[in-house]
Amino acid sequence: MTRPPGGVPPRPPGKPPARHAPFQVERQSFRRRRLIDAACALPLLGWVLWWLPLLWRGADAPMPASLVLVYIFGIWLGLALAAARLVRLLKGSHSAAAPPSGGEGP
Amino acid sequence: MSTLNLLASISIAYVALLFGVAFFAERAAQSGRVRWLRAPIVYTLSLSIYCTAWTFYGAVGSAARNGFEYLTIYLGPSLVMLGWWWILRKLVRIGRNQRITSIADLISSRYGKSNLLGIGVTILAVIGTTPYIALQLQSVTLSVEVFSDTAPVENTGSSLTALWVAAGLAVFTVIFGTRNLDANERHHGVVMAIAVEAVVKLTALVALGVFVVWGLSGGVVATLARIDASELGTWQVNNGRWAGVMLLSAAAFLCLPRMFQVLVVENDNDAQLGMAAWAFPLYLMAMSLFVVPIAVTGLDLLPEGSNPDLFVLTLPLSQGKEGLALLAFLGGFSSATSMVIVAAIALSTMVSNHIVMPVWLRLREGTASVSGDVRNVVLLSRRLSIAGVLLLGYLYYALSGGRTELAAIGLIAFTGVAQVLPALMGGIFWRGATRVGALAGLTVGFAIWLYTLYLPSFGPGTVLPASWFSDGPLDITLLRPEALFGVSFDDKLLHAVFWSLLLNTLAFVAGSLFSAASPLERLQGAQFVSARAAGAGARSWLQSTAESEDLMVMTQRILGPNEAQALFLREARAQGVQGDLPAPTPEFLQVLERELAGSVGAATAHAMVGQITGGAMVSVEDLMAVADETAQMMEYSARLEAQSLELSRTAAQLRRANDKLTRLSVQKDAFLSQISHELRTPMSSIRAFSEILRDTQGLTRADQNRYASIIHDEAMRLTRLLDDLLDLSVLENGQVNLNLTEGRLEDILDRAVSAALADEAGSGIRVIRRRVGEQVRLTTDVERLSQVFINLISNARKYCDAEAPELQIMVTDARGQLLVDFIDNGSGVAPEAQDVIFEKFARVSDQKAGGAGLGLAISRQIVTRLGGEISYLADRGGAAFRVILPMRQEMAAQ
Repeated sequence: MTRPPGGVPPRPPGKPPARHAPFQVERQSFRRRRLIDAACALPLLGWVLWWLPLLWRGADAPMPASLVLVYIFGIWLGLALAAARLVRLLKGSHSAAAPPSGGEGP
Repeated sequence: MSTLNLLASISIAYVALLFGVAFFAERAAQSGRVRWLRAPIVYTLSLSIYCTAWTFYGAVGSAARNGFEYLTIYLGPSLVMLGWWWILRKLVRIGRNQRITSIADLISSRYGKSNLLGIGVTILAVIGTTPYIALQLQSVTLSVEVFSDTAPVENTGSSLTALWVAAGLAVFTVIFGTRNLDANERHHGVVMAIAVEAVVKLTALVALGVFVVWGLSGGVVATLARIDASELGTWQVNNGRWAGVMLLSAAAFLCLPRMFQVLVVENDNDAQLGMAAWAFPLYLMAMSLFVVPIAVTGLDLLPEGSNPDLFVLTLPLSQGKEGLALLAFLGGFSSATSMVIVAAIALSTMVSNHIVMPVWLRLREGTASVSGDVRNVVLLSRRLSIAGVLLLGYLYYALSGGRTELAAIGLIAFTGVAQVLPALMGGIFWRGATRVGALAGLTVGFAIWLYTLYLPSFGPGTVLPASWFSDGPLDITLLRPEALFGVSFDDKLLHAVFWSLLLNTLAFVAGSLFSAASPLERLQGAQFVSARAAGAGARSWLQSTAESEDLMVMTQRILGPNEAQALFLREARAQGVQGDLPAPTPEFLQVLERELAGSVGAATAHAMVGQITGGAMVSVEDLMAVADETAQMMEYSARLEAQSLELSRTAAQLRRANDKLTRLSVQKDAFLSQISHELRTPMSSIRAFSEILRDTQGLTRADQNRYASIIHDEAMRLTRLLDDLLDLSVLENGQVNLNLTEGRLEDILDRAVSAALADEAGSGIRVIRRRVGEQVRLTTDVERLSQVFINLISNARKYCDAEAPELQIMVTDARGQLLVDFIDNGSGVAPEAQDVIFEKFARVSDQKAGGAGLGLAISRQIVTRLGGEISYLADRGGAAFRVILPMRQEMAAQ
C-alpha cells in the first residue's frame, strides 16, 4: 500500500524515524482491518439473528406476533445503523491510513 | 367513469412528470453537470426497483394469506446490502473495470467472452422476466378496476388497460433507454426518474401506514394489540420457506437483470455503494413496516372474501379517503412502471448484444468495416427488443388470463434467475471456474426450474400432461415434476429451489473441475477474481494488421462520429502521434475494444475488432503461448541461476581443496628434502665410521667400540624413522589391531610423562596436572593411547619457547566425552599452519626439526581408530591440543 497525500509523510532517508509515526500508521491499518472484519461479520450476524425466531415455539402459549415483529424490525434498524457507522469509519480510515484499494473506474 | 378519467389523467400527468425528470436529467448529463446525478442517494433510491408492484400490493396480500413470510423477501436483499464488502463491492468494481453492460455480459465476459453463455443467460432472463412484467401489467389493471364502478370489468377492458400501459411504457423506455449508446451504458434520465418513483411509492405506503396505525387503529400500542388479536396474532412460519425464500430473494437480488442493471451497470463510484449499504436496508424496512398493520386492519374492516392483494387500495376507499387511495394507486403504478422500464432496458441490452448483434455480424461476415451503420443497427435492435419484451409480457398476461396470487409468480421468476448465481459467484471468487462448468450448471438449473416449477405453474394438463404429476413421464415415478427422485417436499417452491440450485451447483463445480479453461478464460478469470489488480485489461491483440481508418469508420458507426473522433484523438495524443489517428497498437486496440464493449457487449466488441484486424482474430492464444514461453524461460533462467550458484560454490570448495593440496605438495617436497637429509646424515656417518673401522689399522679397542656404537646409534635412528613411516602407513590403511585393555587414565598419563621426559630429565618443562580429574578408568588400547600422549608431551617439550616452559594437562568430563587438553605457555602454532599440522610431513618450524613430522599425523590416526578425535585449540595462549575420547570405552572408577 502506498501512502496517501496528506497522510504520514515518508521518512527522509538518513534521518532517524519520527518517534510516533510508524506506530500510528500501524495502528491505523490495524484499525481498518478490524473495521473490515466487522463489515464482513455484519451480514452473518443479521442472518443468525433473523433465523433465530425459527426456534421460538413459545413454552406454553405461542409467541405473540407483535413481539416477533418488534424483534425483527429492531434488528433491522440496528444493523442498518451499524452498517452506516462502519461505512463512515471505513471512509475515515481510507483517508487517514490507506488509499482506496482499487481504482475509482475510468 | 369519471373516476377512471381522473385516474387516466393522473397517470398521464404522472408519466409526463417522469418524462420531464428524465429529460432534464439527460440534459444535465449532456452538459456535464453529472455530480448530483451521481449522488449516492440517487443510486440508493434507484435500487428500489426491487420493490415492484408485486411487493407494493402483493406483500399485504401475502401477509394476509401466509403471515410473516413476506418479510423474507426484504430480509434477503437487506443481508446482501449489509454484506456489501463481500460481494457487491467486488461485483461493482468488476462491472466498472470491464465495462459490463448486463448480467449476461458479465457471465459471457468472465468465461472467455463466450457468446453461447451470453445467449443462454439472456434466454433465461427473458423467460424469467416475462411473467414478472405480466405481473406488473396485471397489478396496474387490477388497481384500475378497483376504482371503476362496475366491479368485474369484462376481459377486453382490462386487457385494453394493460395494452395501453405496455405501449406507454415501451415509448418511455425507448425514448430514455436507447437515447444514446453510452460507452458505459448508463442512463441518467431513467435512473433519476426511478429515484423519483422510489420516493413516490415509499411516500404512498408510509402515508397509508400512518393512516392505518394512527387513523384507524389508534396508535402503535393499539395496533400491536390488534395484530395479536387478529388471525395473524401468533408467530408461526414455515421454517423451510422462511430460510429458503430468504436465500432465494438474496440470490435474486444479485441476479435479476433489472437489479444488476441498477446495482452494477449504473454504478459510478464506491461512495454510492457505501451509502446504499445502510440506506437501502432502511428503505426496505420502511417499505415493509406497515404491511402487517395494513393486512390486519384490512382483514378486520373489509368484507369477507375481498382480494387481500388490493387492500392497499380498498382499505382507504372503504374509509372514504379517495385522496389516499389515489396516492396508493400512484405508488403501485410507479412500482410497476419503474420495474418494467428498467427490466426492459436490461433485457433489450442483453438481447441486442448477445442475440441480435452476433447474428447480424454473422450475416455480414467480413464486411464490418464497409457497409451499414452499426450504431443504428444497435439502437434499432434495442428498440425492437424493448417493444418485444413488453409485447411478450402483455401476451403472457393476456393468455394467462390474470392469475390471482401475485406472490407465486414473483417467486417463480426469482427461482429462474437465481440459476445464474453459481456461475456468477464462481466467476468472481473461483479462478478455476470454466466455461464448460458454467454452461453445464446453467443448463441443468434452467432445465430443472422449467420442469419442476415454471411449466407446472400453468397447472396440470396445460403444458405438462396431468398424468406426469401423478405417475411421472412414461410412468417413471422418480421423475414426477413435483417430487423429483421420489423426494416430495411439503412445498413445491422449496422442492424446485432445492433441486435446481443443488444440481446446478454440482454440475457447475464438476464441469469446472473436469474441463480445461482456454487462455482467454484464464486471463478473464484472473482479472475477475482479483478485481483489485484489474484495470490492466485483457491484452487481446498482438501484432495486428488493422488499419486505423477502418477502425475509425467502425467506431464512428458504434459510438457516433464525435465520440469516436474524440477517443481516437485522445489515444493519438497519448501515443505521441502527430495526426488524428493513433497507431493500431495492441494497447490501443484493447482500449478501443473496451469502449466498444460498453455499447455492444464484450463478446460482440471482441468479434467486431477481430473482423477488422483480419486474420489476427484470436491472437490471444498466441499471446498466452508467448506468455507461457516467457514463463518457461524465466523458470529456466532461474534454474540456471541456481545451478551457477551451486557451481560457484563447488568451485570455491575446489579452490580451497586445491590450495590445501598445493600446500601439502610443498610440504611433501620440503619433507622429501628433509628426509633425504635425515637419512643422509646417519647414512654418511655410518659410512664414514664403517670405512674407518674397515680401513684403519691399529685402532684401539676403545675407539673401535666408540665408532661401532656411533654406527649402531645412527642405525637405530634410521630404524625409528622407518618404523614411524611404517606405523603411519599401517594406521592409514586400517590394518591395525587394537589391543583393548583396561587402565586408569592417571597411570597412562604417568607413563607418558615419564617416557616423554626421560631422556632429558630436568630439561626444564614443568608438567602441571590435576589428578582428581584423572581418576577415570578406560577400556582402550593403552599402548597406543600413551603413544599419543607421549607425542603431545614431547612436542610441547620440543617446541614450547617460553622462558619457563609449562605444560598443563587437564581432563574434563563433557557430556559423554572425555576431554584431555594439553596446553603449554609457548607462542603456539601460527594460524596459517594450524590446518596442516595433523598432515603427514608437517613441521611447524624447520629450524627445530627434531623429528620427521609424522608424530601428530600418527596421533590423529590412532585417536580416530580409538573412536575419538584430536584437534588444535586456537586462542588458548600457547599451543593447545585436545584429545576427545568417547565414554563408551571407559568406565567410571568405582
